[in-house]
Amino acid sequence: VQKVTSLLHVSALLKPVSAAMNLAKVEFTKVAADPSIVNLGQGLPDISPPDYVKEELAKAAAVDRLNQYTRGFGHPSLVKALSQVYERVCGRKIDPFTDILVTVGAYGSLFSTIQALIEEGDEVIIIEPFYDCYEPMVKMAGAKPVFIPLRYKKDGNSASSADWVLDPVELANKFNSKTKAIILNTPHNPIGKVFTREELQVIADLCIKHDTLCISDEVYEWLVYKGNKHIKIATLPGMWERTVTIGSAGKTYSVTGWKLGWSIGPQNLIKHLQVVHQNTLYTCPTPLQEALAQAFWIDYKRMDDPQCYFYSLSRELESKRNRMAQLLQEAGLKPVIPDGGYFMIVDVSTLNVDLSDVDEKQPYDYKFVKWMITSKKLSAIPLSAFCGPETKSQFEKYIRFCFIKGLCLSSPQHNFVAWRFKNPNCTHKD
Amino acid sequence: MSRPVQARRLEGIDKNIWVEFVKLAATYSTVNLGQGFPDFPPPDFLKKAFVRALSGENHMLHQYTRAFGHPPLVKILAQFFGKLLGRDLDPMTNVMVTVGAYQALFCCFQAFVDEGDEVIIIEPFFDCYEPMVKMAGGMPVFVPLRPVSGSEQNGKLMSSADWQLDPAELASKFSERTKAIVLNSPNNPLGKVFSRGELELIADLCVKHDVLCISDEVYEWLVYDGKEHIRIASLQGMWDRTVTIGSAGKSFSATGWKVGWTVGPNRLLQHLRTVHQNSAYHCATVAQEAVAQGFQRELELYGKPESYFIQLPKELQQKRDWLVQSLDAVGMKPIIPEGTYFLVADISEFKSDVSDVPDSDEPYDSRFAKWMVKNKGLAAIPLSAFYCGAHKNNYNHFIRFCFAKEEATLKAASDILQKWKREKTSR
Repeated sequence: VQKVTSLLHVSALLKPVSAAMNLAKVEFTKVAADPSIVNLGQGLPDISPPDYVKEELAKAAAVDRLNQYTRGFGHPSLVKALSQVYERVCGRKIDPFTDILVTVGAYGSLFSTIQALIEEGDEVIIIEPFYDCYEPMVKMAGAKPVFIPLRYKKDGNSASSADWVLDPVELANKFNSKTKAIILNTPHNPIGKVFTREELQVIADLCIKHDTLCISDEVYEWLVYKGNKHIKIATLPGMWERTVTIGSAGKTYSVTGWKLGWSIGPQNLIKHLQVVHQNTLYTCPTPLQEALAQAFWIDYKRMDDPQCYFYSLSRELESKRNRMAQLLQEAGLKPVIPDGGYFMIVDVSTLNVDLSDVDEKQPYDYKFVKWMITSKKLSAIPLSAFCGPETKSQFEKYIRFCFIKGLCLSSPQHNFVAWRFKNPNCTHKD
Repeated sequence: MSRPVQARRLEGIDKNIWVEFVKLAATYSTVNLGQGFPDFPPPDFLKKAFVRALSGENHMLHQYTRAFGHPPLVKILAQFFGKLLGRDLDPMTNVMVTVGAYQALFCCFQAFVDEGDEVIIIEPFFDCYEPMVKMAGGMPVFVPLRPVSGSEQNGKLMSSADWQLDPAELASKFSERTKAIVLNSPNNPLGKVFSRGELELIADLCVKHDVLCISDEVYEWLVYDGKEHIRIASLQGMWDRTVTIGSAGKSFSATGWKVGWTVGPNRLLQHLRTVHQNSAYHCATVAQEAVAQGFQRELELYGKPESYFIQLPKELQQKRDWLVQSLDAVGMKPIIPEGTYFLVADISEFKSDVSDVPDSDEPYDSRFAKWMVKNKGLAAIPLSAFYCGAHKNNYNHFIRFCFAKEEATLKAASDILQKWKREKTSR
């Protein structure tokens, strides 16, 4: 039976990407299943969502009609709540019905945006390292990804995510008449960089000059640490009309398994995302959307109060960030302290682990993570999984840790990370 | 921007009948028999499973699960459908969970349809098939079900079984460019349940022309009068070329949960996985956990009277009969459906209320349905919504009603119809 398509726009183009992803995936399946390994790799919380969020879901599920289809582009109470919250944040009017689309996670928003606005012949600028789905999604739309790396500009001991910057001249050279969009991710996964107003202005100026769209992935928007402010590029002059801003319930409320996200932007862009949505999955689950709406109303009302979950989660994560950095430093590793998000990248070259006898073809960070999983019972993600083919050598001394973890970061006394690095064959309890 | 900002793949797929009709129903209807969803709740055991999942000790059920399907769900689906198909199914490779059957359909078209491929669609069809084929760059080829002549006799009502494909006509639609055929049985909107003979006809052509079959079986449990739902994947030569699609929304009266699935050979499902991991990636965990428990219960009670898959069609059959009677009593001629929770009725007798507008772009039944919801408060969907643009006027005097509604709702519909009839006769 020969007719099964080779997926012209998907599998052929995805082969190199999926190969890299598969390597990582094989290890992670093993890791997720193995309880003796402390999994600090995968980006999902092991802390519970707040009680009121779960309660709202229980309440929603008890209402008969909330177990049936709701409005395709977003449950009315949810889009209204989102418009209120974001009107306040952005300082502009947002129409809940024309300026918002609710999607299956921010992932679904990225897909809808790219399918709606990107096509063959287009180029899309992607900043490295990047959340790994950007590249395959751009390719699936038939377009060409154009990469530009963040570069580490300093040397010294206390590395910060702010030290990773774009070269403005290099960035400007990536723009041409084919550039349909640039994908921005702030706060940034995996580095945790929070782009400053000046950095955003450089990007905005180029978007305006070249009439380019901006796809702004801001799923970690509430997770910014002291001394930093999350700025929405859509609020810069000339940017609202060319920006789709993406958010995530999973990251906002620690409910990644709810898979609800949203795209916010001007009607003339969002209407095309709505067309994609109505031809892909039509509507998102109702009770989850209702519960999310109610949770948003609760926090909207206390946006002036430090107890608001948007701020309290951030504070909780800041102390976990600090704790994780400390553990890693004491173990002889060199973390890059993130200004936002819940990931931290770590320079592992400081340990000088000789892996030259291991499989040559793999980048160093892949080999390091595999070694760390087997001999130290700790897992993380190699950073070269987040970059294009040209820059692997630039990023291969880094691995990514996730710190939205409860159990393993709560003990103040015991540095389990350092212990593991010094003691082979340790057990999970150590 | 000098050229349109949107991608060309959106050409011709931006219109959607539901956006308009759902809005009309929301604004005007007092009795909504339009959009297809139950106005009764999901069964208690399922609601309880949902609450257990969201509030239980394992708060990790609020986090990502396995992308291709929550392990407890794919395991029970493999067991359940393996039993029905008489096959050993691997939960990891022969089953994939999707965001409703709708997303399963999307994955199928994206995975299998290349530019220039033809896809055969049987009319009337669930309206998303056409735009999804187009979005994938394919060309839809339509073949109609037609009422067999002579089936409307002696004042007896027609059955959905009386709408059939012409075998020669169907065969003529297969070409070397034909990539797939979409089968929907039980069929929305007619309610037709394809017989074994009809399925064998389709299967033979698929095998002969090496064509894939995308089998939308979301209403698989809703079959009446002792009819049997036959799965085309179980026919000779078909397992290897068929993706079978199912829906928790329809199986468990929980359309708002948006949990669907695909079952098929790994050589086909691997491509669905590629599309899925680059579009939605994960489906919501809590709902999958609850549906898994629902299926566990149904597996244990399979074939027994307490099984929901036995009780639901029993209840719906009664509602079907009730609505059929109500429509017949006022002069609308329902086609008795063998399955689904839809039926289609001929409104020719009521034509005098809504005058014909010659040269109108809009099909008659669509104008009728809009008039009816605005003036009578009764919402239904015009049958022309389920035909391609070129064929919208072929059957333009039928409207579709959904009868998955509480007794009170069906009674209220009957009252509206009765009043309407009285008004007509008194004129």
